[in-house]
Amino acid sequence: MPTMSEKILARASGKKSVEAGDIIIANIDVAMTHDLTGPLSVQSFEKIGAEKVWDPSKIVIPFDHQVPADSIDSANNHILMREFVKKQGIKHFYDVNAGVCHQILPEKGHVVPGEVIVGADSHTCTHGALGAFATGIGSTDMAMVFAEGNLWFKVPETNRFNITGDLKDNVYAKDVILHIIGKMGADGSTYKACEFAGETVSDMSVSDRMVLCNMAIEMGGKTGLVEPDRKTVDYVEKRSNKPYKVFKTDLDSPSLNIIDIDVSELEPQIACPHNVDNVKPISEVDVEIDQVFLGSCTNGRLSDLRDAAKILKGNKIADGTRMLVIPASKEVYTQALDEGLLKIFVEAGALVSAPCCGPCLGGHTGIIGPGEVSLSTSNRNFKGRQGSPEGEVYLSSAAVAAASALEGKITAPK
Amino acid sequence: MKGKAWKFGDDIDTDIIVPGRYLIYTDEETLAKHCMEGLDSEFSEKCNNGDFIVAGKNFGCGSSREHAPIALKGVGISAVIAESFARIFYRNATNVGVPLLEAPGISKLVEDGEEITVDMENATITSSNGESIEFKKLPPFMLEILNQGGLIEYLKNK
Ligand code: SF4
Repeated sequence: MPTMSEKILARASGKKSVEAGDIIIANIDVAMTHDLTGPLSVQSFEKIGAEKVWDPSKIVIPFDHQVPADSIDSANNHILMREFVKKQGIKHFYDVNAGVCHQILPEKGHVVPGEVIVGADSHTCTHGALGAFATGIGSTDMAMVFAEGNLWFKVPETNRFNITGDLKDNVYAKDVILHIIGKMGADGSTYKACEFAGETVSDMSVSDRMVLCNMAIEMGGKTGLVEPDRKTVDYVEKRSNKPYKVFKTDLDSPSLNIIDIDVSELEPQIACPHNVDNVKPISEVDVEIDQVFLGSCTNGRLSDLRDAAKILKGNKIADGTRMLVIPASKEVYTQALDEGLLKIFVEAGALVSAPCCGPCLGGHTGIIGPGEVSLSTSNRNFKGRQGSPEGEVYLSSAAVAAASALEGKITAPK
Repeated sequence: MKGKAWKFGDDIDTDIIVPGRYLIYTDEETLAKHCMEGLDSEFSEKCNNGDFIVAGKNFGCGSSREHAPIALKGVGISAVIAESFARIFYRNATNVGVPLLEAPGISKLVEDGEEITVDMENATITSSNGESIEFKKLPPFMLEILNQGGLIEYLKNK
């Protein structure tokens, strides 16, 4: 009667079965660190006195946060990481031209169902959209993984969101997850695996499922998960030749808490400053905006760019509002280029940048100043997240971002 | 342990503890300079060695940046006492050697700036007027990691 998390963790720890609450040591299938958390991981690795990583073919290192280097300090971090990659013979390294880590991992076939994936980044939970157990860890834990290839875990209980109902026009996966986080609160799933299930999720594309899993951490979740189906297998088989194993949850599991969510009447949702769980329906939000950011590991995929381009086509962004579009990866960028989407953005008055995290974490490319308001398709609106602590960040879907850019205020698409 | 309590609210995220633009730095001293900058730009100057942070629920939520507990260690915080903690932060803080004490009711017991006493052995926190509450006792292996100053030192000395 185990959940899919319990089944995956049992497999990875070489046990017949494990139960929520057990402390286990699991073998790691994929370990990811990037240009921002990588340097600390490497320093810790060296401090432990380790010399060789356990398996250079299981480590993935993308550069995405400060790319291309925006300061000498960032350049130094990049140099340190490139040297580590070379010295350790790490096979999967993506330099400054590739895109955001959580888009690259699934796109390049590093994620398959049934794996245990750790990343030195909290949004590693995104990869559960393909039926893996994927979770964020810190740099010291990552150093241990680099050295040993395993890590201790407490097996989590599961919150399973059973999502039903057809989404109305202009309502997207982003609205669903914001709605859920608003209901649960920022600590509403702490230590829990968050499974997204039900007919609405079955109808969703793999991209949409990534949006749900990406934000599981915003309610404290240890991972987000969707049970693999035909769509998952199609996605994975096109991109990876790794063997995989499909696990599903037994609904009679004692560590399962089922939460029913009906989304048939849902309208677009907005997370208001300064907490992701401060969620309101768009009809209750009346705010002028200075900057719109379309991108990130939450909503920087091709479908998001398409949704936004449909609204922006032939229109102009409001005076006094600026819009940044940052495709999440080189693949997304190329496809958007081929489909003419980037031209639509540029003609509407937006700035299109090369794939990277951009202003999502206030590192560079579009930092906001005191008193400025940003509407962002990313996943966090914490105080100071995109620059000045006196600035404000609102979160929405790509379609709302586009419609709002045209009006200069938060607006639902028509 | 005796020290001054700096009080914060619920859902203190790691972006507040160390804003994203400083993550390019990894050394304790630089990170300490920006500790809690998101809420109080003078925190690192005001805070003294041995002080405590007292907070509400879900302290340390958000990003997995280990820079956050490193900054707290850097300013000399001897423990964070909160109603509850976020998961990744809990592991990271233990790994770098910052004790996290889960003490339901702490926000009501302690005022900002007051001197409090923490008894690690008996797992109690006492306010300046003598009132005490208990915190959840740490398992022995975690105490040992914290006593050694973090996981790396612990492994080295093993
Ligand atoms: S896009 Fe934002 S949330 Fe995603 S990995 Fe980059 S900084 Fe983190």
